[in-house]
Amino acid sequence: MSTDPVRLTAAQAVEALGRGDLSAAELFAAYRERAAADELNAFTWVAEEAPAAQDGPLHGIPIAVKDLFCTTGVPSQSGSKILEGYRPPYTATVVENLEQAGTTLLGKTNQDEFAMGSSNENSAFGPVLNPWDRGRVPGGSSGGSAAAVAAGLAPWAIATDTGGSIRQPAALCGIVGMKPTYGAVSRYGMIAFASSLDQAGPLTRDVTDAALLLGHMVSADPRDSTSIGLPEEIALPTAQRLDGIRLGVPEELSGEAEGIEPGVMEAFERTLRVAEELGASVETMRLPHAEHGLSAYYVLAPAEASSNLARYDGVRYGLRANGHDLVSLYTRTRHDGFGPEVKRRIMLGTYALSSGYYDAYYGRAQKVRTKIADDFRAAFERFDFVVTPTAPTVAFGLGTKVHDPLAMYLNDYCTVPMSLAGTPAISIPNGLAEGLPTGFQIAGPAFSENAILEAAHALEGAIGFDGSTALSRGGMPSTPSERGAGRPAGL
Amino acid sequence: MNPYEPVIGLEIHVQLGTRTKMFCGCELTFGEPPNTRTCPVCLGLPGALPVVNARAIHFGLMTGMAVGSELAPRSVFHRKNYFYPDLPKGYQISQYDEPLCLGGRLGDVRIHRVHLEEDAAKLVHVGASGRIDSSSSSVVDFNRGGTPLVEIVTEPDLRSGEQAREWLTLLRTTLRQLGVSDVNMEEGSLRCDANISVRPEGTTELGVKTELKNMNSFRFLERGIRAEVARQIELLERGGEVVQETLHYDPRSERITSMRSKEEAHDYRYFPEPDLVPVRIEQTMLDEAHAAMPELPADRAARLEREHGLTEASAKQLAFRAELGDFFEEGLRGDGDVPAQPLANWVTGELVARIGDSDPGDSRIEPGALAALVGMLEDREVNQGGARQVLDRLVAEGGEPRAIVKSEGLGAIGGEDELSGVIDAALAANADAAAKIQGGNEKPMGAILGYVMRETKGRADGGEVTRLVREKLGV
Repeated sequence: MSTDPVRLTAAQAVEALGRGDLSAAELFAAYRERAAADELNAFTWVAEEAPAAQDGPLHGIPIAVKDLFCTTGVPSQSGSKILEGYRPPYTATVVENLEQAGTTLLGKTNQDEFAMGSSNENSAFGPVLNPWDRGRVPGGSSGGSAAAVAAGLAPWAIATDTGGSIRQPAALCGIVGMKPTYGAVSRYGMIAFASSLDQAGPLTRDVTDAALLLGHMVSADPRDSTSIGLPEEIALPTAQRLDGIRLGVPEELSGEAEGIEPGVMEAFERTLRVAEELGASVETMRLPHAEHGLSAYYVLAPAEASSNLARYDGVRYGLRANGHDLVSLYTRTRHDGFGPEVKRRIMLGTYALSSGYYDAYYGRAQKVRTKIADDFRAAFERFDFVVTPTAPTVAFGLGTKVHDPLAMYLNDYCTVPMSLAGTPAISIPNGLAEGLPTGFQIAGPAFSENAILEAAHALEGAIGFDGSTALSRGGMPSTPSERGAGRPAGL
Repeated sequence: MNPYEPVIGLEIHVQLGTRTKMFCGCELTFGEPPNTRTCPVCLGLPGALPVVNARAIHFGLMTGMAVGSELAPRSVFHRKNYFYPDLPKGYQISQYDEPLCLGGRLGDVRIHRVHLEEDAAKLVHVGASGRIDSSSSSVVDFNRGGTPLVEIVTEPDLRSGEQAREWLTLLRTTLRQLGVSDVNMEEGSLRCDANISVRPEGTTELGVKTELKNMNSFRFLERGIRAEVARQIELLERGGEVVQETLHYDPRSERITSMRSKEEAHDYRYFPEPDLVPVRIEQTMLDEAHAAMPELPADRAARLEREHGLTEASAKQLAFRAELGDFFEEGLRGDGDVPAQPLANWVTGELVARIGDSDPGDSRIEPGALAALVGMLEDREVNQGGARQVLDRLVAEGGEPRAIVKSEGLGAIGGEDELSGVIDAALAANADAAAKIQGGNEKPMGAILGYVMRETKGRADGGEVTRLVREKLGV
């Protein structure tokens, strides 16, 4: 065997396994060794051995799964101390779907607590390091999944996106991340953050893998009334050109005035020129209400979260603090179990839903949400896609924003509007700025996943991004002397 | 005279008799060992999601149709947020401003709304008394958690505990007739809270109300309301004010205690349940609910009045206790000649006096036998007293009335031939009385009747005797 198996994309690994160049056991062992020696703190749990793979199109391909997906008998804590020791008695539908397709569970990945965060610094397991620069964050909330894929600790991963939690870490780690149309993938078994926004999606090294993985995630699940699947099957993309494709660049979500770093803007504009060379037209347009997206999001998501997180009371599972009566059992458990960002959002959300404030906050935010969805509907009558930089900045230094919630929230400025509208969007590597990855976001109308993947595939080929830096730096000790210096991954 | 008028509205929770729970596939519990009818959904495990039970919607629509509600084409589930160990998610999935059914009326009481929600789990307080205040710990049985409930809220149209009890009986019959629930108050499948206020007679403004919780029998509902009305009136008469609060009625001591004040009231932070899509009521769902509707008590009462010429009171008594209505109608079918109103009177009067609240089907009497007895009475083959004796036997042992009359010698002595001699003897023995009657004073008729009854061992027809006495005395 000539190539190191961890350098293969998942689609290439499927082929290699099919040809018999590689065995599933070898592939699993190669990834397991790397995941177990993880120095990025990307994993919260790594499988001891390969589970028996079912027959299927993805037979024997390992997968990393964000901690918040419930997996039978395997720790599933959503990055929170309050679920310490919790091993669910059932498995999330999307994980079941992937097991049926033949994947094998490699490990669970680190994340911001209850998916609340943009830097993966709000985790009970500690922060995840960016494989491009270990002094920087990987983005969040799916920082562990993104770092693991970028560093070659896993061939691919599944994660969730509520306001940007797949797309932003994909951008900061130089990989592909896609948030599908709300309802395309079942939420059953996903530990909820904000139910009306949470959506599972793939984090992969290239667009082909994103299509391959997403295709096996999608289902209309009778156990999730909000899931509807997709009207057509996901096809592997082949497009090389963008002839006739109309790209809209929203004024509200691009430009230095909106807080986008100059280096990020340069990379974005470079990709716009590449798109034009491929035959696309590029035009500036308006999404008039998009600039209010972040405000609406930070009312709606905390409101839902304040209710979703009420079940963590110490009575039935997870952490239980001692209390002399019921109320003190509740308050001490929640005091000890939740981190500061989670507490902040529970308080925000509780306030927004309170009698007398509901209309001014929750009610108004819902109206803004409707307006933003209307903006996108109108935009997609004139444009095939709306494109923006995925995140306003490149990966920032660990600890630099963690005490400034507002600065942290601005990370999601460009990704939140699509979440509110429920429409699909992908982030693909967009070239470097200051030596660090940036992301190019392509958003389309509801159920346009195939079209988005085709466009992303054409751009990916023309951009020719090289992610091997992170892959070779990896999450592995680079010299024998460094071995053992990192945190062992939950073994 | 009482210068205060009580104003009462009810909130009724009824466990629906679906096979499975409101939002998951667990079967409903019938006393299984604790925590054996549970799943990730009804335990509120992380990541689990609710799915609406279509059968519960069907039953909810039937309930709405039964009380003449407007059925919403689109209805929304909301989360009602509060912490309690019997509520594993920290919220109850209920309905708020877009309920399944709006408005309506049952009997004399207007319906405000009808909506669906899930039941809480059952807390068992460890300790001798089973009460929370003397218990050192509590355990939770989640078998009941997630059972579908229909909540029916009335307008404040009731004016007394007695009326509330009567109306709730009608509601119970209606729901039983619908087949949506076994509606058993003692077993908790029917639960009732009352909102109670009083106001000066003749005024229209509502007084400050209190909410009286969970009275677990029809008797306690009546007594609890009566006690709370009395408490409020006494308070006002002493110059006090009624405070808005939630109250607990203890049927043993008949005492009312405060559970929480207005200030302690929860802010439930209702918002639309994002895990569920709005329920759209399709025409087919309405058609199915309509097709499943049986005849309801109020309709039956109207039909009994119309078809059989019964009085309104009789028709309601029969219709609101369906088993009595069934007994009556079967009796009529068995004997087409028996007049309806006397049969109805015997069912609701003499029969109920003997069987109380139990089902006539549980006694020995056949509907046809009562109809035959009433027929004999109408034909004067037996008199009232004799017929009552026959009914005693029928209820206790069953049998055929004609045979009992014969074997017991209870047949009426009715014709002039048979009675004439006895009456002559009675007039002779009571000459004073006879003279008074002749003089226009009918009072002493009782003495004559008593004589005749003694002589005939009670078998004479009283009406016939009176007629013959008058005839003989030329009155």
